[in-house]
Amino acid sequence: MKIIACIKQVPDSEAKIKAENGQINTGDAPLVINPFDEYAVEGALQQREAVSGSTVTALCIGPESAKEALKHALAMGADDAILVSDPALNDLDTVGAARVLAAAIQKVGGVDMVVFGRQTLDNGSGLTSAQTARALGWSLLGLAGQIKVDTLSESKGEERSVSVERVIEEGRQSVKANLPAVISVVQSIGEPRYPSFMGIRKASKAEIPVWSLSDLGIAAPDAIITRSELMNPPARDTSVEIISGESAAEIADKLADKLIAEKVL
Amino acid sequence: MKIFVYIDHFKGEAQATSWEALGLAKSFGATTALVFGSSVDDVAKAALEYGADDVLVADDPALLDFRAETYASTLSAIASSRTPDLILFPTTTRTREFAAMSAVDLNTNVITDATAVEVNGDSIVVTRPIYEGKLFEKVTASAKPQLITLRGRAFPKPEKTAGKTGTITKVEAKTDALTTVEGYSVADVGVSLNDAGVIVSGGRGVSNNPSLQPPAGLDDKQAEIWRAHQGFKLVGELASTLGGAVGASRAAVDGGYIPYSNQVGQTGKVVAPDLYIACGISGAIQHLAGIRSAKMVVAINKDPDAPIFKVARYGVVGDLFQIVPALTEAFKKKLGK
Ligand SMILES: Cc1cc2nc3c(=O)[nH]c(=O)nc-3n(C[C@H](O)[C@H](O)[C@H](O)COP(=O)(O)OP(=O)(O)OC[C@H]3O[C@@H](n4cnc5c(N)ncnc54)[C@H](O)[C@@H]3O)c2cc1C
Ligand SMILES: Nc1ncnc2c1ncn2[C@@H]1O[C@H](COP(=O)(O)O)[C@@H](O)[C@H]1O
Repeated sequence: MKIIACIKQVPDSEAKIKAENGQINTGDAPLVINPFDEYAVEGALQQREAVSGSTVTALCIGPESAKEALKHALAMGADDAILVSDPALNDLDTVGAARVLAAAIQKVGGVDMVVFGRQTLDNGSGLTSAQTARALGWSLLGLAGQIKVDTLSESKGEERSVSVERVIEEGRQSVKANLPAVISVVQSIGEPRYPSFMGIRKASKAEIPVWSLSDLGIAAPDAIITRSELMNPPARDTSVEIISGESAAEIADKLADKLIAEKVL
Repeated sequence: MKIFVYIDHFKGEAQATSWEALGLAKSFGATTALVFGSSVDDVAKAALEYGADDVLVADDPALLDFRAETYASTLSAIASSRTPDLILFPTTTRTREFAAMSAVDLNTNVITDATAVEVNGDSIVVTRPIYEGKLFEKVTASAKPQLITLRGRAFPKPEKTAGKTGTITKVEAKTDALTTVEGYSVADVGVSLNDAGVIVSGGRGVSNNPSLQPPAGLDDKQAEIWRAHQGFKLVGELASTLGGAVGASRAAVDGGYIPYSNQVGQTGKVVAPDLYIACGISGAIQHLAGIRSAKMVVAINKDPDAPIFKVARYGVVGDLFQIVPALTEAFKKKLGK
């Protein structure tokens, strides 16, 4: 199988982020692979292991610096990586990203499976996987906690199918589709593996090709959603009142009275 | 302005945020509810009782199980022929997927997780959290229809007028599908984390009661999980006494104490209860990312230096195995249950 893992680069989740003069200030936070997309790479690598002869390509739209996120995917074990980078892509919204990713996936050609993370930490809308599936006309298997590719059918000349266990609010739903398919994964897929020593060495030497919009043969998508203002969240009262007492019962009694008086029940 | 509201439901059980969306829509003008599924008359009637002026129903056995592609195509067809200006959705796993696809069909996009929506004449400005709620942005969409998913509990739930009626019109379901649903294992989730006014959550601390003696024959890991289940039983009893939902930290989920669907935080659910009670949870930044919109946090933790106390209004430094059941008893007495 030819598998693609879509990843984005974002500021680390420990970063202190503030709105200053209408700009986003991420301080000195390092840029890292979007944590959800580490699961995407992990899910893709698991499928490479499940079906022999498979390859995993990491794909990212971003500035030149996003090569570092792709190198993380390579260090985890991806076979190769592609960066789509173009000055015209600075204000992409999710439909725009989906159209560009779909064009890149088509340019790679012969792709069986594209794995996405659940959402990005920065924009955090969780739309891109479904939109890429729609743009490609492929099926979407969203929020997969488990992926199982049917390896038997191929010998019979049937189309290869894939089943996933979706993790939804109400529990789990098992869904099946033929390949090619777009899959988004959640944390239950398994902890992302650590980059190996060999992997890190390979990644540091990797030449990552950069594709521009003209390489993809498309124009820059118009941004449909535009930001008019940035705001810091309202400050919250952070003083804590510690409830103490002689016994658990006494503490519980005091705390219950406080909470009833606060009208939060 | 022509406003549609999509009523999300799972097997006929509507998500409360759907009604919040109806309430918001009604403050802007006449509102049509959209209900998709199979045999969904009751959901359509409830939409009228919660304020919809009329309802469009796509009722077809092929829509019994949610599939993003059939729901998206059905929505796209309705939106193309009836040209609403605005379609509101509750934010759920389903709406994120099919609204996303429909936006591609309709050459528009979706604004997710709205916490405020202002309408000025023709312009709609939406406030939403970004960077895990560390910032908020105001955004507008330049294309029609505007598709907006609302964060749960960000808008008031309207009163229900029992017996209110209105026109229910059948519309065509689009049933071409690429995926097949093979089955469900529906968890007994009780109150959903999205809708809950009170959430009681357990962390790694729920397994930490050395005095509990597990049944013979369990290895260390099984004994830990057995202890954790005793801890989560106490957490669950407090939650149900308060009519609330049960949440968990990732350490509790990774430990195998409770399913992933209960996880709160960056890689779990973002919740907005009035009251969040964290039991045996240290308060890692990724956990706090899920509870920024909680109105009040209460922490019960053995360690006085646990970071969770920095975001809590009230704290108890102590053993959850003593405090949590005592709290359940106290509330039972005081709330007359
Ligand atoms: C990319 C990424 C994403 C993540 N996403 C999430 C997420 O979505 N949600 C999440 O929760 N975490 C997430 N984490 C993990 C997070 O960093 C923490 O590891 C996790 O939240 C810790 O869970 P905990 O507080 O239950 O456990 P611990 O940090 O081990 O804390 C246990 C607490 O219980 C207390 N305790 C122990 N025994 C008792 C007792 N008997 N009575 C009272 N208190 C007791 C201890 O004092 C301690 O404070 C993520 C991490 C990463 C790297
Ligand atoms: N710039 C990008 N390059 C590659 N993949 C992306 C990009 N943006 C988003 N994705 C993928 O789409 C998923 C959902 O992103 P979002 O819809 O922005 O929350 C992410 O987890 C990634 O897998």
